[in-house]
Formats: sequence, structure tokens, C-alpha cells
Amino acid sequence: MPPLKKFSRQIAGLVLLLAVTSLVIFLAIEAAPGDPAQIMLGTNAQADTVAALRAELGLDRPLMVRYLAWLGGVFTGDLGTSYTYGTPVAELIGERLRVTLPLTAMATLLAVAISLPLGVWAAQRPNGPVDTLASVFSQFGIAVPNFWIGLLLILGLALGLGWFPTGGFPGWGAGWLAVQALILPAVALALPQAAVLTRVTRAAVIEVTNEDFVRTARAKGLTRNRALWRHTVPNALLPVVTMLGLQIPFLISGAVLVENVFTLPGIGTLAYSALSQRDLIVVQNVVLLFAIVVMVVNVIVDALYVLLDPRLRGRA
Amino acid sequence: MKRLPLSLVLGGLITGALVAAALISRFWTPHDPVGMDILNRLKAPGDVGLLGTDQIGRDVFSILMAGAWTSLGIAFAATLIGGTIGTLVGVTAAARGGWLERLVMSVNGVLFAFPPILSAILLGALMGPGAVTSITAIGLFMIPVFARVTRGAALQIWSRDYIQAARMAGKGQALITLEHVIPNISAQIIVQLAIQTGLGILTEAGLSFLGMGVSPPTPSWGRMLSEAQTFLSSAPHLVLAPGCAIALAVLGLNLLGDGLRDLTDPKRGSGA
Repeated sequence: MPPLKKFSRQIAGLVLLLAVTSLVIFLAIEAAPGDPAQIMLGTNAQADTVAALRAELGLDRPLMVRYLAWLGGVFTGDLGTSYTYGTPVAELIGERLRVTLPLTAMATLLAVAISLPLGVWAAQRPNGPVDTLASVFSQFGIAVPNFWIGLLLILGLALGLGWFPTGGFPGWGAGWLAVQALILPAVALALPQAAVLTRVTRAAVIEVTNEDFVRTARAKGLTRNRALWRHTVPNALLPVVTMLGLQIPFLISGAVLVENVFTLPGIGTLAYSALSQRDLIVVQNVVLLFAIVVMVVNVIVDALYVLLDPRLRGRA
Repeated sequence: MKRLPLSLVLGGLITGALVAAALISRFWTPHDPVGMDILNRLKAPGDVGLLGTDQIGRDVFSILMAGAWTSLGIAFAATLIGGTIGTLVGVTAAARGGWLERLVMSVNGVLFAFPPILSAILLGALMGPGAVTSITAIGLFMIPVFARVTRGAALQIWSRDYIQAARMAGKGQALITLEHVIPNISAQIIVQLAIQTGLGILTEAGLSFLGMGVSPPTPSWGRMLSEAQTFLSSAPHLVLAPGCAIALAVLGLNLLGDGLRDLTDPKRGSGA
């Protein structure tokens, strides 16, 4: 299939998936117990006051109308107003993303920075000392919960040595202090990712090293290192990128947990506190946002395939 | 006799010990895992009990044992349910192909967009926290995982000659799936069961840590960690013990899965 047609088909599929997903989220929140108007006004409110607020919030409209209104709002950026904060949900999410996006980006960069060299190095001599070390690292990295790593980092580097704050976020106006507040959470989030990526990188590099074109490159007189970085690694990147995409759901789950440990005002703590305060409109929008991110990243990963794989590019 | 892979032995031992601890905790623990003893609160390991006591004087080792039952139970139940549904979906998709296969893979895409913590938040809003919420949230995420693995494996089996022979003999898709496909992919399913149970333990710990898991006083490793946060500097053993338990459990199950894979499919084993 030509790439353009394949791509437009994927976009169509994505739109359909998002429609279904948003409907599922909407219906789940609808079915959840608790009337938003009642929650906002408290249990002592008069019935007619509650009814008036329901009308004001548009909660008395038919189900389908409300769903479509929400969906329309997603496109125009009007996601409704938080029941507990009283601010527009879009504003709330935007504010929290300024913590979560840099955090997850830092974690991903760190994970790649650890796993790529380690995986490539380990693959040079399978079952050698470096490989054994890398494999122990990935076994433990996968098994250790990131929120526990967070707690240990606080115990050792924040409480013990005092190098980092134990939690909280001073806001980006604080400059370096803000970056410093994100370092330990990013490390906690990155280690399990790095463990998975190291494994994948190692396996991919070993597989590509045995391919004919690498042998040809060596036979042409390329040094071992040049063949490795010019031919082996670029071709081994494909599964690594795929795994990065597949790890997004875990990165999001991890962010919810790690933000909680470090009391960072991110999107994860927003979702969590909204749930405990039954601020369902926030829950609804945050869950949709997460789902959109996962699905869009999957499509991007597919598209990257074409960019990264010289063989697929040739077909385009 | 062939030597057993080291990972299988190690993983089997760790998992076995854990399952034993979980089972024993049902009728015996050194102390009562929910019994308070305020006079002996926050004692260091060795002073009182093997691993010390927590903020209300409960014996940490006993809570860990009882927590093993919670963690393993929820993770295994979720994996079994998700694994069964996912496997059925996967082998059906492989057998039927066509629009059904495409539909299944699309639904998979939707499910995969809901990491367990996210569906637990959604389900938590719907039915409150608890064991059922945890099992459902974790199990839902396992469905696409198992569907993907079993569909891929089943498709390979369907291309074999003996399937052609079975078809020629007049067997239907359902019978072939039951008699030939599932037995031949059972090794892959068992490997996944071990690895996914490990992931399930990790997720359950995360959910309990956030207060979305089993409700108190049911012991759980994740909640032990969340309660220990307050005493991070005064009683670090409260943070170390449950974390090690979680890591050990997941490590054991992962090693077991890897070992089983090496055993059943030596080609894919140590090489890649």
C-alpha cells in the first residue's frame, strides 16, 4: 500500500478509535454515582437550588446532546468548569501539563541516554561481563516499582544528603530550582523505562549485527566501530522506537505515581485528586487526554517506521 | 538430562517461596497482621519481630506475609481473567480472519489506550476502590496483551501442514483451534501468564499506593509504602521491606517466565 494511502487510513482509524474511546469514557463517568450539582452545593442544598445549578451546568439536557457538546468542546478547547477548583478544566490541564510534559520528556531522554549506549555495549559481546551487568540491570529495573525508587531517592539524596528537595514544585519562575525539583522524579520514572529499552536495544543490535549488509560493510573495509554506528545501530533503532511508543501507557501510569510521591502539581496528581474529590468532569477530560496521547503516539511510531527504515523509505 | 536454565530455577524458587508465604499467611503468621500494639510502635527490625513494627505497632513481617496473599491473589486473578479472554479473542481472530480480526484488533487498540491506573481511576469513579476494581482494571489491560501474543502465535500454527491435514479431514475451525492451535501455543501462553502476573503485582502495588486498591485493614504492600511515606526519615525499614517484597515478587515471576521460555523455545532463549 502506498504510504500516503496507508497514512490516511491510519488517521481515519484513529478518529474512529477516539470517537469510541470518548464515548466509553463519557458513559462511564455518566454512570458514576454522585450528582455534580449536589456535590458543588453540599448535601444541605435545597432541591430547587440543585435543579437550578443542574440547568445552569447543562446537566438536564439529554445524554447524546451532552456527549456531543463535550466532544465539540474538546475541539474548541472548552472542556467545562471544574466542580472543585471553579476554574476552566482546559486552563487547569494546561497549567498541570507544564509540569508533567517536562517531567516525562526528561525521563524519556534519560532512559534513552542510559539504555542506548548500555544496550549497544552489551550487544558487542553477548554473555560477556557488560552484557551480564546490563541484563541484571534490566531484570531489576523492570521489577522495581518506580514509586519505590522515588521514595528511596528521597530517603538517600533528599533527606540524607540534602542535594534535592523532598518534593513540591516552586514553579518555572524559580529557574534552576524548578529543574532541580524534577530531577529525582525524572530518574525514578526513567529507570524502569531504561531497563526495558536496554533489553530491546541489545536484542535488536545483536540481530542486526548478524545481517548480511553489516557483514558486507565490514568486508568493504569499514572498521568495526564505523559499521556499528553507520549500519547496525540505525537499523536497530526500529524496535527501540516501537518500544518507546509501547511504553507510553506505562510512562503515564508512572507519572501519576511518581508525581504523587514527590507531590508535584502535574496532570497525574490532578487526575488522582479529582477522583478523590469526585470532580468527575476533570477525571473525564484527563482520562481522554491520556487516551489521545497513547493513540496518537502509536500512529506517530508507525509513521516513524517509514522514516527510520531505509527499506520502507525506498518503497515510498 | 538437560540442565535447567538458571532463570527458571531462581524464578521458581522465589515464586514458590512467595506462594508458600501467601498460603501459610491464611492460617498462620508470626503475629496478628492487623493487631495493633501502640507500645511497640515503629520498632526497628530485630528489636521487635523479624522486620520491626509499623506506626501502630503491627508486625511488619506478618503484614508482608498477609500482603503476599492480597498481591498475588489480585494479580493472578486479573491475569487469569484477562489471559483467558485475551487468548479466546486472539485465537478466534486468528482462526476467522477478515472483518472480525480487524474489529478485534481495533478494540484492542482502544483497550491498550487505557493503562491500568487510568482505567482504575475511571472504574474507581464508577464503583469505588476495592479488590474488584483492581482486578478489573488490571485484567482489562491484559486482554489486548494476550490477544496480541496468542493471535501472532496462532497465525503461525495455522500455516503449518498438519493444520491443512486436519482441514482435509473435515475438522472445523473451532475443533482445529481446540485440538491443534491451543496445545501448540500453550507454552507461549504460560510464559505470558508468569510475566503478566509479575506486571499485575507491580500495578496492584501502584493502585494500593494511590489508595485505589483493597481497603484497609486488608494488608497490602502498596498501602504499606504509602503509609510509610510519613515516617520516611524516622523508620526507613517501613519503606524498605514492602518495596523489596514487591521487587522480589516481580523479579521471581519475570525470571520464571524467561526460564520457561528458554526451556520451551531454546532458539529464542539466551540469544536474543
